[in-house]
Amino acid sequence: MNSTYVATLELAAGAVLLTAVMTLWRRAVRSIVSMLSLQGMALATVAIVLGLHEHENALLVTGGLVLAVKGIVVPTLLRRVSSLDPRSRESRPLVNVPASLVFAAALIVLAYVVGTRITSLSPSSATHLAPLGLATVLVGYFMLVTRRRAVSKIVGLILVDNGIALMTFLLTSGVPLIVELGSSLDVLLVVVVLQFLMVSMRHHSDTDRLTEMKALHD
Amino acid sequence: MLILAILAVSLAMTILAAARPWRPWIGWTSAASSAAIVALGIALSATTLSAPQWALHHSLRADSLSAFMVVVIGTVSLLATLFTPRTMHQEISTGVTTPRYARHYVVLMQVFITCMLVAVLTANLGVLWVSIEATTIATTFLVSHRRTDGAFEASWKYVILCSVGIALAFLGTVLIYYAELHSVGSVHSSSLDWTSVMSVAHHLDPNVTRLAFALLVVGYGTKVGLVPMHSWLPDAHSQAPAPVSALMSGVLLSVAFYGLLRFRAVAVAALGPAFPRALLLVVGVASLLLATIMLIAQRDLKRMLAYSSIEHMGLLAIGAAVGTPLAIAAVLLHILGHGITKAVLFLSSGEIYHLEGTTDMAKITGLLARRPTLAGVFGFALLSLVALPPFSLFVSELSMARAEVDAGLWWAVAISLVCVSVIFAALTRHARGMLMGAAVDETPPAATPASVALPLIGALVACAAIGVVAWPLQSLLTHAAHAVAP
Repeated sequence: MNSTYVATLELAAGAVLLTAVMTLWRRAVRSIVSMLSLQGMALATVAIVLGLHEHENALLVTGGLVLAVKGIVVPTLLRRVSSLDPRSRESRPLVNVPASLVFAAALIVLAYVVGTRITSLSPSSATHLAPLGLATVLVGYFMLVTRRRAVSKIVGLILVDNGIALMTFLLTSGVPLIVELGSSLDVLLVVVVLQFLMVSMRHHSDTDRLTEMKALHD
Repeated sequence: MLILAILAVSLAMTILAAARPWRPWIGWTSAASSAAIVALGIALSATTLSAPQWALHHSLRADSLSAFMVVVIGTVSLLATLFTPRTMHQEISTGVTTPRYARHYVVLMQVFITCMLVAVLTANLGVLWVSIEATTIATTFLVSHRRTDGAFEASWKYVILCSVGIALAFLGTVLIYYAELHSVGSVHSSSLDWTSVMSVAHHLDPNVTRLAFALLVVGYGTKVGLVPMHSWLPDAHSQAPAPVSALMSGVLLSVAFYGLLRFRAVAVAALGPAFPRALLLVVGVASLLLATIMLIAQRDLKRMLAYSSIEHMGLLAIGAAVGTPLAIAAVLLHILGHGITKAVLFLSSGEIYHLEGTTDMAKITGLLARRPTLAGVFGFALLSLVALPPFSLFVSELSMARAEVDAGLWWAVAISLVCVSVIFAALTRHARGMLMGAAVDETPPAATPASVALPLIGALVACAAIGVVAWPLQSLLTHAAHAVAP
């Protein structure tokens, strides 16, 4: 029982980071969104496995919520945005794909260096995996900084959020439900806001020009 | 009771604005609801002087600090909402907006105000995070209200940067919770309640707390407009309608700063004063220096006011770094004075924009000859902003400097003094060009409507009155400061 629990937890948490790195590797928005969907499902698995192991119903509820929001709703919204966009590829990343992957490897090492200082407070099979969450957060930041397209920036934001959610589950076995609910709904709202902005911008002028954020300056 | 009444008034107004189509009376009702919040906030302040108040099964809590923040939020909201009917009338008549979007605007303003009230009245540090994040969503649409390219770009930048920043604050909050779960004195039911976090704060793991506080400073610092995540602020403030800029600059930044004040108290208990002080000093001084450089050569009126907000937030961070009760009391007085002054400045610059059709300071001249009342209000508000007596910012900046000297931070006082003097020179030079100078055309001086002049003059008189006789606030400020600086 216990070894199955640890193995499933390791597999699911590893899948979250793996899908994050895959989003850096893929260029077509459609496959990036599929990766995000997989990531949401892996995240939900982590919550549900932890909930079953610790007999915490709140975590099971959270897991169901994560599965619905991050596994299904948010990817569907993103797919709809990218179908509006004829050129759905990240055409000009500031750092090219092979270099991005090397950077990602460095970020994972960094996450482990910082992460062990946190996990040493309460070593357990769950907290040992927390650096995977930190690594996902860092990969998300890297995506936000180096990708120019609007959709890629939203993907980066979601990666940051999923990484934080993974750390939350592994370190605390879930914060109080209301906070968890707030943060999950929050991602949904932010994606809706961004989608709305992209659509209204499209009615006005060139979205890419606006999301590159170059017109307003001193 | 009072806590519930405050939230009920704000919520009822939100529902009313959502249920009815836009009419000017909705705008006036929302101003009346803000006035009610000020009155209830003052009553709440009086009751919290004896003991903190609780409501809704201990999920809402108000100490003097919360009550003071309610008064600040109410006051600035009152100023901003008094301008709702006028702003909407101007925008509808010039075709900038439609009655449908005017309705959205009022609803979003009310949601925005309600979220800030929840943020300062909740007992739970997690709910504090949720409500500050919720303000981001409401204000994103308020920033893009005018639907121009600039407005869309500003709101895009705002929502991306603030979501990233606030995600860091969430991680920081979670780490504090993790440290609390595994602390030595941890009780049966650990939660993110302010009182239970503070009761074990002395036993929190230093390594985890240090990382958590650093994340919280950068995360909430994004919303406060502190370096290094400040770059959304000038764009958002310059593109939003004037009352929105007034609310964002006047109180939203301070509400996020309120979050930092709470977490600073936790960090000081766990780590001692040195680490939080160093961190806040670094971001504070960096923000102050950046604002000074950007203000010297500023050409746009609203961007000038936005950078001045970064300057004042930097001063607040330096004050909070000192962290003695005197310093925190001065920080709180500064929050009030800055909120009122900045609201007056943004609202009057909205009027100037409406009259001149531009915010380029080089193109605005001779205001004093053409619009004596408006120019007078703007001029006096600017004098208040650069902290001349008798305005309250003079008192609060002086008290902060005194607290910094007491703490032995001579170099911080010196840097602040140099920056504030340079900014004084820069702002008066910019203002002289706009207010003095020859009028371009020979139109006779035009009167400013009383509905514009009276609230603004009233607010400036209040600022000066607080500066001259601070005694009604003295006990409240000291009491509030002790809530986060024991």
